Amino acid sequence: MSSVEVNKSQPSPGSTDVVSPAGNNKEKRGVAGYLFVSGYFLLLILFGVAPTLYALYLAFTSSGGHFVGLSNFINTGKDFRFLPAFENIGEYLGIWLASLIVIVLGLALMLHSLARKVSAAFRFIFYLPGALAGAASVLVWLFMLDPSVSPWRFVLSGFNFHNLGQTIQPSHLPLIFAIIAFWAGAGGWIVVTYGALNNIPNELLEAAALDGAGAWKTALRIKLPLIKKWIAFMLILAFAAGTQLFVEPTLVSEASLGLISPAWSPNELAYVFAFQNNNFQYAAAISVDLLILGLMCAAVLVFRTKLFEVE
Amino acid sequence: MKIFNRIWTKTLGFIVLLAFTAFFIVPVIWLLLAPTKTDHQLIFGNPFSFGSFHNLAHAIRVTFTYQDYALLTWVKNSAIYSFGGIAIALVASIPAGYALAFTNFIGRRTLLGITLFVMIMPATALVLPLFLEANAVHAIGSPISVILPFSFFPFGVYLSYIFYSSSVPRDLLNAARIDGCNEWNVFRKIALPLARPVVALVAFFAFVANWNNFFLPFVMLPSNSNYPLPIGLQDLLSSTPAFNPGIGGDVPILRPELAVATIVAMAPVLIVFLFAQRSLVSGMLAGATKE
Repeated sequence: MSSVEVNKSQPSPGSTDVVSPAGNNKEKRGVAGYLFVSGYFLLLILFGVAPTLYALYLAFTSSGGHFVGLSNFINTGKDFRFLPAFENIGEYLGIWLASLIVIVLGLALMLHSLARKVSAAFRFIFYLPGALAGAASVLVWLFMLDPSVSPWRFVLSGFNFHNLGQTIQPSHLPLIFAIIAFWAGAGGWIVVTYGALNNIPNELLEAAALDGAGAWKTALRIKLPLIKKWIAFMLILAFAAGTQLFVEPTLVSEASLGLISPAWSPNELAYVFAFQNNNFQYAAAISVDLLILGLMCAAVLVFRTKLFEVE
Repeated sequence: MKIFNRIWTKTLGFIVLLAFTAFFIVPVIWLLLAPTKTDHQLIFGNPFSFGSFHNLAHAIRVTFTYQDYALLTWVKNSAIYSFGGIAIALVASIPAGYALAFTNFIGRRTLLGITLFVMIMPATALVLPLFLEANAVHAIGSPISVILPFSFFPFGVYLSYIFYSSSVPRDLLNAARIDGCNEWNVFRKIALPLARPVVALVAFFAFVANWNNFFLPFVMLPSNSNYPLPIGLQDLLSSTPAFNPGIGGDVPILRPELAVATIVAMAPVLIVFLFAQRSLVSGMLAGATKE
């Protein structure tokens, strides 16, 4: 777990080359560098840069290939499904991120105060459902939400849900997707947060205890501020991934007998444009919207948290 | 009073932990027990009872033989796509991480920066652009359209870069150079054998990401015989009478069979989790994970 600190102890490549015994080979090693990165570079161009540029090209042109400015963005923005799709993921993200802050941090702090062996068992159990990420987790939760078979049926009937249609009605979906995301993803974040907490030097916590700070105070005033970077890291990554929601609404809508819009999330709307309307320009415009969102998240993470100071 | 308070907080904390334990583990237990029961027992019986081995064998047989062993085809496809993607990702990312850590070439910092950005951005954001690109070059429906995008794995490059720059001393490589090794041999004889832990780490992460990926194969591979497991699960879900009461009873896939398929889909990742938990965690802390 000590690898949290990994980022801080990096030698700066290049600077030592001048004095190193092999300094005269510098030129040659530059060429070797190109060869070593060439495979990755090719993949980056073909499957990172090219699709992005092509999506940009499509987003700014008409089906005839003429430049149309922002009109694809404006027209998709005016589509009756556009705003609801973003509202849907907004609502979902609100619940999901709040649960990350309150429950994940709470559980990690609790586990951190337990004996290592006990907390290891809990961490493992919490982490386990991550194996079912994606389609499998949705299937499992369709069972959990179906009052006719669910082991939670006593909870569901408490809410007066007596069939699957009642549980998965459209207004419940943001919460349901947040529960699924939490079930499959929270464990990983608990483990990460726990690891970050473990990296807090013991002297600091001992000093706090000497000053008479109780468990609550230590947690809120000392532990949380010290792992602030990791909390930001967790929230930004969860936000970025959450904007991309696709498999969950697609599968749940499959089981909803047509109650749920096939364009529930922005990615689904882009999919509908591409596959049902054959409108690649509109699909590309929404993809570009989502790419920009993802890019902004990455920029915040790289430039503001300094978690990835590479040299 | 204070002691009483402390005991009370402790008890409350333990109840909360147990409640979340139930939340995380109950669905898994239910899923593992479901194939041992009939659909009828699932509805009317105790959710945590064990049915019978006879039922289990029946559910397994029905699930595997459905549509002429479609499930086996999906497993095979998932394996080909996942491992194909991992193999190319490793061949590309280990040397790239090495070069970013130890060699000096024009554009090195830029490449590192771009890698960081692409790594943080969710992979899903590129799926439709990749589809549009593949469509333009008529690659839709070919396994390559999934394997090659899988093999573009910037997180692997980042992990390998972090590994080399933090745990392999530069002097070790220089010593080999003085002994007359050329650049290729320095990498192959010194740096590559040292990279074993990071190779495993990159492979684990790539495997989990590839195996569970839904969106990319969903848009790239329209034909049933090309489906990987997650799309196969969706196919079963859309045809089972368990979730589509309107569909006639000729599809034998009911809840126990769906549970079998789900277990088959999750088992490999579960095994990776069981055996590589420690290294996966250290990898998550070293950088980032993408969902």
